[in-house]
Amino acid sequence: MGKTLMAFFYFPAHKERTDTMKEIIWFGRGGQGAVVAAQILAESAYLEGFKGVTSAPTFGPERRGAPVTASTRISEEPIRMFSQVEMADIAIVLDNTLLGVVDVKGRVRKGGTIIINTACKPEDAGINGDFNVATVDATGVALKLRLMKEGAPLINTPLLGAFAKATGIVSLENIEKALRSKLPAAAASQNFETVRAAYEGTVVQKVQG
Amino acid sequence: MTDARIITGNQAAALAARLCDVQVVAAYPITPQSQLAEMLSLYVESGQLRAEYVRVEGEHSAMTVCIGASTVGARVFTATSSNGLLYMHEQLHWAAGSRLPIVMCCVNRGVGAPWSIFNDQQDSLAQRDTGWIQIYCRDNQEILDTVIQAYRIAETVYVPVMVCFDGFVLSHTMMPVISPTPAAVRKFLPPYKPHTILDAENPMTINSVLLPNRRPDAEGVLCDGYMEMRWKLQNALDRTMEAIREVNRSFAEAFGRDHGGMLWTHRTEDADVILTSMGSLAAEATVAADALREEGIKAGVVGIRVYRPFPVKEAVEAYRGAKAIILFEKSISYGYEGGLCSDLKAAFYGSGIQATIHDYVAGLGGRDVKARELVEAVKSSLARIQAGEKDLKTTWLNCATE
Repeated sequence: MGKTLMAFFYFPAHKERTDTMKEIIWFGRGGQGAVVAAQILAESAYLEGFKGVTSAPTFGPERRGAPVTASTRISEEPIRMFSQVEMADIAIVLDNTLLGVVDVKGRVRKGGTIIINTACKPEDAGINGDFNVATVDATGVALKLRLMKEGAPLINTPLLGAFAKATGIVSLENIEKALRSKLPAAAASQNFETVRAAYEGTVVQKVQG
Repeated sequence: MTDARIITGNQAAALAARLCDVQVVAAYPITPQSQLAEMLSLYVESGQLRAEYVRVEGEHSAMTVCIGASTVGARVFTATSSNGLLYMHEQLHWAAGSRLPIVMCCVNRGVGAPWSIFNDQQDSLAQRDTGWIQIYCRDNQEILDTVIQAYRIAETVYVPVMVCFDGFVLSHTMMPVISPTPAAVRKFLPPYKPHTILDAENPMTINSVLLPNRRPDAEGVLCDGYMEMRWKLQNALDRTMEAIREVNRSFAEAFGRDHGGMLWTHRTEDADVILTSMGSLAAEATVAADALREEGIKAGVVGIRVYRPFPVKEAVEAYRGAKAIILFEKSISYGYEGGLCSDLKAAFYGSGIQATIHDYVAGLGGRDVKARELVEAVKSSLARIQAGEKDLKTTWLNCATE
């Protein structure tokens, strides 16, 4: 048997992933709606025509206010990978104070995109390295359009608009459809208004060095 | 576009139970199964499912209620995880011994002590010898479809079915699931016909004490002893394989989705090395096999879908050409090796299959197992085989063992 086995014992260097799958990590705090945003993004992407979409929370108990993550995978083909997302192509930071607490950059691939809820411009967001940085004042948008929950601005849905602008992976039209399938008509309209406003307010810039 | 919803594994299972028009549900919530029990409770409360939801104080009672309801002719459903399943253990034997076609989801979770709420498959593997059919699902579509198939299998052969899927990894991950119409499911799954109905109008005792030998009843008819009844259960499990294959074929015809009957394969035709697992890890292994092929290693995957009855015939066929078989198991038979590894070796006895087998214990208590780790494990196994090692002991993947 040893002889025949030799033929398939050839180990070239490991290749980078070559498929079209996009991996996305949402960084938020418990209660900000990262898990729900990851779900609505998966729905929007499916409506966009991607056959493979998954969304998952970080497994285990979570606490209000503590750092949490959720993930979305989007692919042309049905997804067969259910392990937790390790490195993302796109990261969305719901709360910019997390940048000092969690190693966001360390979870994003080189050349990837980091979308941050902040009033700063991309170059002032404190990200250096080979990334596209997108910033949007999602909190400002939510406050202005009165998208509130339990007295706090709801920032998860506006960030879907920023995602659409920064990546082009999903359209506003399909985000709207996904919202309408999940929410009553009035709530869907109000949420979508913030998505559109955040889309328009998102600034994207390539950062290097 | 087809009617696909983006739902969790728990939601897929609950939806399937509703589509099967279950009449009695008795379930006790436990992480990570809780959402499944909550969905069913919501369906019953909102009138979307015309069933009796019996609240119980624990899993032993949940299964007892299912046994009682099934005995009086109802289609019943329950679900549990981990120590909840262990608490049911005695009643699992009772359900199978009574030949009741109960369907239960086991949302796989590690077993305490030490306490864990996270995924592995020790819970259901520890129920191997209860006489239940066990089917492991690799994604949420398969969960929905398998629950529907499970009722038809169970009600054909009168053996209960455990539909197993990985806690959190599938139970809490959303993905597209196509939901068949209630009419299509009703056509595929005829109403439940009990083999015996316990009825107050026609009183009888079932499952009374059986003496060691066969003996005539009051009318002089020679009746089974305990051993004959046990043989009948074993014989039924053997015959179940044909029912599982047939149900899989008819399901594929009716709904256009074929999940494999007893097992499924991925790129095994010309494979030198075959990766094998059960559940979601087997799906992850297909990604690893594709990556290995890109590196010039002819890899394939066999996903064991039905663990009991064990797919001896299909396994011998599927592994025939392989030179190495690498198993990834989310459970261990303490003091020996992974249960699937022992079963496969036994299946190969006398078949002429001489492949080197390397067993990995992986992902216990929710430790994440990634496709790239499977790729690395396979390469390290192959390197050891190449170096002339023959007797590869079970390896604990990504675990400090010193």
